[in-house]
Amino acid sequence: MHRPIHELTDAYRRGDLTPTAVAESYLARIAALDARVGAYLTVVREHALAAAQESERRWRAGAPLGPLDGAPLALKDVLCTRGVRTTCGSKMLEAFVPPYDATVVERLRAAGAVVLGKTNLDEFAMGSSTEHSAFHPTRNPWDLSRVPGGSSGGSAAAVAGGLAAGAFGSDTGGSIRQPAAFCGVVGMKPTYGRVSRYGLVALASSLDQIGPFAQDVEDTALLLGAIAGHDRRDSTSIAAPVPDYMAELPRGVDGLTLGLPDEYFIDGMDPEVERAVREAIDVLRGLGARIERVSLPTTRHSLAAYYIILPAEASSNLARYDGVKYGLRVPGRDLVDMESRTRAAGFGAEVRRRIMLGTYALSAGYYDAYYGKAQSVRTLVRREFGAAFARVDLIVAPTTPNVAFKHGEKEDPLSMYLNDVFTIPGNLSGIPGVSVPCGFSGAGLPIGLQILGRPLDEARVLRAAYAYEKATPWRARRPELV
Amino acid sequence: MIDRKDVEHVARLTRLALTEAELERMREQLNSILAHLDTLRLVDTTGVEPTSHAVDVVNVMREDEVEPCFPQDAMLGNAPDRSGEFFRVPRIIEE
Repeated sequence: MHRPIHELTDAYRRGDLTPTAVAESYLARIAALDARVGAYLTVVREHALAAAQESERRWRAGAPLGPLDGAPLALKDVLCTRGVRTTCGSKMLEAFVPPYDATVVERLRAAGAVVLGKTNLDEFAMGSSTEHSAFHPTRNPWDLSRVPGGSSGGSAAAVAGGLAAGAFGSDTGGSIRQPAAFCGVVGMKPTYGRVSRYGLVALASSLDQIGPFAQDVEDTALLLGAIAGHDRRDSTSIAAPVPDYMAELPRGVDGLTLGLPDEYFIDGMDPEVERAVREAIDVLRGLGARIERVSLPTTRHSLAAYYIILPAEASSNLARYDGVKYGLRVPGRDLVDMESRTRAAGFGAEVRRRIMLGTYALSAGYYDAYYGKAQSVRTLVRREFGAAFARVDLIVAPTTPNVAFKHGEKEDPLSMYLNDVFTIPGNLSGIPGVSVPCGFSGAGLPIGLQILGRPLDEARVLRAAYAYEKATPWRARRPELV
Repeated sequence: MIDRKDVEHVARLTRLALTEAELERMREQLNSILAHLDTLRLVDTTGVEPTSHAVDVVNVMREDEVEPCFPQDAMLGNAPDRSGEFFRVPRIIEE
């Protein structure tokens, strides 16, 4: 029964399948397989079945709420869900039960979606492998000895492994696109501000954005359409109309100009990844796109700028975990001692490291040398994208320099950071990007093609991804996870 | 290079009670990361304005209207320690 949402709802319409039967089938797969994959932190079986039954009544009455009614979805455990614990993969929030739904969750419920559960992640979304959850690692359904990517690895693995029809994650430096590439699914980071962040537990507020994981591009368009748009509760959300993404999909790439950045093909990248991406670009050329070389020279400094800006913002955001209003508390002899013990016990190694790094970068005497400098480099990254998009409609590039690596392979923090080298510039500049499967390595591991667009031009990004997907066979391949 | 005293200072600022061994490991790791971040010095940013935010949105205004807010019990429901309608914390000011 694991098939795209648009096929499920077609079957609901015809009466060939019911939302309850589909939800039960997913819940049964989760019960049978998730002990091996580890995609979920919390499964909300009863909630899901109740929502599926309501959906079923609406379909039977011929009055579904829309194209997501009865779609079984998974949510990264950084999205607040009313009455369902939201842990951020951290001991700090192991018992935290939000009193409200994130705007995204509210919109999905209003669209009739069936939430199956909350998915695993690197603690507080800091990581690229989903090995560093405080609870358990997630494994890649294509090869259980490998990581699914991260930090939204649970959501990516759930969609790849047939444990959810679609899912949501958050992308601060690549945390949707990189796991989508590693797991052979479609993953999209919308323009910063396209989707409300209200109820998303904050990592780095100027970079975080929520987006979908899906089995194909059509579902990606559906899922994005359901969550996009202004929200008065997030003052950084953009008050621009949301186009009909589905209607735009079939327009093809004929006549579009695609930019190919020299700086995204670097020494040390996996030759199989480079070959697959170059072949994908040939496919797009064959579909009528014009390919033009572009230059984004500050790309190689993006990683360093990001690893100052992100820890700086994160250290400030995570100051709220002080053992007072919610979350863990470890007793201490006075307030400061209580806070210091609580934070040392509640945060894992990577979170502590980034809090320390961010606090240092913001501290007296170092602010200009680190934070100020990084923000100026961010301006250069934005300008270069702006100049490129004056000449080309979209930019095409690899999503990652390599395929999924083995668990435990990247112990050194810096080598882990390097994984996001191609996705970080999109966050620094706020532009939308998608990762779409573009082939497999010799060992059978998925490879992702990244398509980046102008701010708020998700429609064209999706349109190119759709044209590519239609012209290639990758979507038919599934992991052999029983 | 940051030394042991810097690390202890930052740990105090961030309210992280780290052990001796953790402080030492943190010093090594931060130095290795900072060495990489120092490559930013190579970028010429003379006269380049900083970007704090990818989208140019400033001063978003709305009407100041009274709306229902979260009930007190819901907001106190996750508190590790409470006393009636208050969050309870260890003593801050000595008698």
